[in-house]
Amino acid sequence: MKSDVVIRAEALGKKYLVGHDVQRERYTTLREVITRKVRRLARMGANGFRATMGRGHEVEEFWALKEIDFEIKRGEVVGIIGRNGAGKSTLLKVLSRITEPSEGRVSIKGRVASLLEVGTGFHPELTGRENIYLNGAILGMARAEIRRKFDEIVAFAEVERFLDTPVKRYSSGMHVRLAFSVAAHLEPEILIVDEVLAVGDAAFQEKCMGKMKGVAKTEGRSILFVSHNMMAIKQLCRRGIWLQSGEIRKTGPIDEVVEAYTVSVHDKLQSGIFSRHAVTGDGRVELVSYSVSNPNSNANLPLTTKEDMLFRINLRVKEDIRQSACGISIFNEFGVLMTSINTVELGTPFPQLAAGDATVCVRIRETVFLPGSYTASFWVMNPQGHIHAMAENSIAFELAQTPLYGTCQVDHQWGCVYSDVEFSVAPTAT
Amino acid sequence: MINRLKQASPAVVDGPLALPDKPNGIHEHERVLVLEAGRAERHYWRDLWTYRELFAILAWRDLAVRYKQTAMGVAWALIRPILSMLVFTVLFNRVAKLPSVGHAPYSVMVFAGMLPWFLFSTILADASISLVNNSNLISKVYFPRLIVPSATILVALADFAITFALLILMMAWYRFFPDWRLIFMPFFLVLAILASLGPALYITALNVKYRDFRYIIPFILQFGLYVSPVGFSSTVVPQKWRLLYSLNPVVGVIDGFRWCLLRGESQFYWPGFFLSIAAVVVWLWLGIWYFRKTERTFADLL
Repeated sequence: MKSDVVIRAEALGKKYLVGHDVQRERYTTLREVITRKVRRLARMGANGFRATMGRGHEVEEFWALKEIDFEIKRGEVVGIIGRNGAGKSTLLKVLSRITEPSEGRVSIKGRVASLLEVGTGFHPELTGRENIYLNGAILGMARAEIRRKFDEIVAFAEVERFLDTPVKRYSSGMHVRLAFSVAAHLEPEILIVDEVLAVGDAAFQEKCMGKMKGVAKTEGRSILFVSHNMMAIKQLCRRGIWLQSGEIRKTGPIDEVVEAYTVSVHDKLQSGIFSRHAVTGDGRVELVSYSVSNPNSNANLPLTTKEDMLFRINLRVKEDIRQSACGISIFNEFGVLMTSINTVELGTPFPQLAAGDATVCVRIRETVFLPGSYTASFWVMNPQGHIHAMAENSIAFELAQTPLYGTCQVDHQWGCVYSDVEFSVAPTAT
Repeated sequence: MINRLKQASPAVVDGPLALPDKPNGIHEHERVLVLEAGRAERHYWRDLWTYRELFAILAWRDLAVRYKQTAMGVAWALIRPILSMLVFTVLFNRVAKLPSVGHAPYSVMVFAGMLPWFLFSTILADASISLVNNSNLISKVYFPRLIVPSATILVALADFAITFALLILMMAWYRFFPDWRLIFMPFFLVLAILASLGPALYITALNVKYRDFRYIIPFILQFGLYVSPVGFSSTVVPQKWRLLYSLNPVVGVIDGFRWCLLRGESQFYWPGFFLSIAAVVVWLWLGIWYFRKTERTFADLL
């Protein structure tokens, strides 16, 4: 291993076995095992031994990582990007020894510490002071080391006044600050950061970014940074690794990798062709393809909350339709209907459709939907509600993360829609 | 259900890799850690030693939480043995007319047996849920997993200390004090811990694998309480069954405690005691073996 290389992965692979009889359950229950055994015994009794051989529970291999090769040098800050399920977390788990590879090898020089999720190992009943020691020990710091850096940790987290308060009374911001601060004062040769900066207020995020940059530059530590926030990645990292379905799709200078990734996400999700059997109706109109884009930007900017959204539906009209109407419904990833509207209800006259190709544009102004995956249904009908063509849930698109409520990690836990909120307090007049 | 196909394990290779440009804090000789499939874990026990501070701090955390969360923490450690002692004394001595050992008051004898029993049951109960309770740690940070269930020993020892103080009060009340044999108590205490650890580790691993196993644990403990000589002296067991009875590792431990606490009023049954020790060793080996075998998959299961 060359002296300036701190991590080297060679043909790294990680395989999971996915059983189909027990869906999505990672652990089994004793009851299941016993019933399965009993059933198999019964089957054996009825059909003889051979029956047991053929139909066991089916197990399928799933490669979460495959043929991963890379090197990380001392002091390098590398961003790992990819869609959910691309293998980013598995890679980090292998590197931090939580799970072992099934193939290939990784050589690691120096101490690895991971900052995986905010406050891992914090105990709500213990005070801030106690949790600093606890969390430090969990991250691999020696007691003496924590004691030496205690004041620094506290100052960075800005929690001096609450040191002897149980962390269950901390605000989520304080919680994050303390957690990051402990980890940031760790002195590992390699720091793994998984999406932690996503929480906390903007000012603290800035501070963390500064700290991480400093750590890499002046102290020569390497950082592996996983995030969906491309802005943060670009700001912090010099090199990027783009994972797709467990394989490395592209590595190189961060700007190139992020660019390629963004384009691919954009291409893949935001346009498509309607498959023939997904479209129902009387056949007078044929739905061909669609695209969803952000009409306000000239560049290939992603769709985001608070921006306009433009759906373009390309359709083929078989014969002239004098009176027509169309409508759209949008569902979030949990199948919740977000909005549904058609031209009849809107009261807007919809032009006559002439035979031939046409494009219908639907523009939604200042989208309030929160970042996430969505699907839409689109249909063309006559004003009485008779459907000419309808594609149900066939339009898939994604709203990218954008700074909302002072953070870049808004998900379904924040609700379904963005609202411009203001809180205030005033004494009640009695 | 996701299972890892190959059992793989990390190993540490010592390599004198001199670094030409070493920033402060980085040692000249660095260990290179190699993670590879199917690599033997040669350094597990050394790893366990390196993580001793984490062991201490997890044990301390459990203790702090136990006595901080509820005023009941201490009260529970007092009430449980007192009530059990009363029930056993009334039931086995007054109702069933079972004899005590020698001249020792029955309730003192019961109490001396309950000391190791509660140590055993607390370790078993706490350890078995420890991994599931710490699942966020297990799935995020590496350390030898053995640390987590082992750390529960400290909480059990704290409870033990409280129960022991109670016993001393009771002995003062009955004016029945132990003699020189008391010096052997640390030995039996260690034996009690080892006897608890084996089954505890086994059950802990099972509990991660089969999440409904925890419903069986209270039953196991209750059953254990009645098949172990807690409420009665093991001398009431017929002589021909005595050896078989000693297969229960707790039997030897309880007999040992009674021997050193009750002035040797309980005669030592040596063959049974050695059998119990053998059972302790077998269980300990079995527990550690099974725990280590399943340990590698914990992060995938939790």
